[in-house]
Amino acid sequence: MKEIKFILNGKEVSVEADPLKRLLDVLREDKRMTGVKEGCGEGECGACSVLMNGVLVNSCMIPLGAVEEAEIVTPEGIRETEKGKLIIDAFGDAGAVQCGFCTPGMMMATEALLTINKTPEEEEIREALSGNLCRCTGYDLIVKGVQIASERGKDLW
Amino acid sequence: MVDSYRPKDLKEALSIRAEHGAMPLAGGTDLMVRYQSWTGTLPLFKNSIMFIGHLKEMKYIKKEAKDKTSTLVIGGTATLTSVANHPETPVVLKEAVLSIAAPALRNNATLTGNICNASPAGDSICALYALDAVIVIEKTGSRREVPITEFITGPGRTVLAESELVTAIKVPLKASSVNNFTKVGTRKANALSKLSFTGVADYKNGRVDSIALTFGAVGPTVVRSVELEKKLKGLSGSEIETKISAILEDYSTVIVPIDDQRSSAVYRKKVALNLLEKYLRELSRHE
Repeated sequence: MKEIKFILNGKEVSVEADPLKRLLDVLREDKRMTGVKEGCGEGECGACSVLMNGVLVNSCMIPLGAVEEAEIVTPEGIRETEKGKLIIDAFGDAGAVQCGFCTPGMMMATEALLTINKTPEEEEIREALSGNLCRCTGYDLIVKGVQIASERGKDLW
Repeated sequence: MVDSYRPKDLKEALSIRAEHGAMPLAGGTDLMVRYQSWTGTLPLFKNSIMFIGHLKEMKYIKKEAKDKTSTLVIGGTATLTSVANHPETPVVLKEAVLSIAAPALRNNATLTGNICNASPAGDSICALYALDAVIVIEKTGSRREVPITEFITGPGRTVLAESELVTAIKVPLKASSVNNFTKVGTRKANALSKLSFTGVADYKNGRVDSIALTFGAVGPTVVRSVELEKKLKGLSGSEIETKISAILEDYSTVIVPIDDQRSSAVYRKKVALNLLEKYLRELSRHE
């Protein structure tokens, strides 16, 4: 066990845990942030996506010790922001959500994409979401959701 | 439960390697999956772990010029995303890196990790063999450089000693006008290779001046035959065109894949030779 400090959704936090514990488990169990989901547990589905120092990563493959001093943003960290609300509404309007399990990860990937490219082409959207699996929608409606977010959020990102 | 270390700099990392032989973990994208256990439980590492992903001294990509040759030096903790985005990265390496997994994984995984994992299906390895990459290995008080062909000795095996750390990868930047990297997998993202191919070549005065052809996931390590490449040097484009079937026959003796869960030996060999043929036809049209 070790005390490890990092920034979580803008606030400094400290967690006492084994440094090899997965960030995914730390977030869900120690921090009760259940917006982060576990799908595959091996980096293939993207349901556990978070931002680490501003870029999209899979929290199932990151041990807590690697997060020390890093900035982590979870779905809880963006859902109340103006950008987060815009993505939520855009996904809703596009019908991009069915069972909802992949949705938090999809939204993190959308936030990461629009941060570096606020007017992405369809191909760029598909590439940016390529690590996020959805078994319900067939993806087209999610791509549409990102397009709506991009159009409405021109002045935000 | 095993010990873990978080060195503050490279010097401390090397002394932890010397003292404990702790396994370096940069992005963790291979190790955390290989040793994963049940949800909510710790990964089942066999040896102690040393976090190195945060070490800024190795988080760089720079171009070095000496005499008339230039080299891209990729630091030991540089991520795949940073390699793909660097303007000097050779096109085959860029394409190989972009064929790995998906953005979230590439943001955290390192090029050095892909090499040290030494998977026969490691996509960047196929390109790095063709580019004559050199691996920089350090331990406290000494440093050595090893060509990638000697660094990897078998599936998952390298010459890296327990006290050593890979601190950089050197990629010579050479003229190359006909470049191709192709990965064959079940889908575009997040698939491991059934096989991969890299071809790089350059012409001088209408004759092939340099050429490297490598095949991934068709043997215990990446397949490259310098002897067969020698036979292609000095040929013109039209000479290559007339020799294509002979070249394919030569290569069919060195490409000896196996059946496994991802593909069959027959498929791998056929597609590897098809990719080679496609590349040779493109090459023959360039000169």
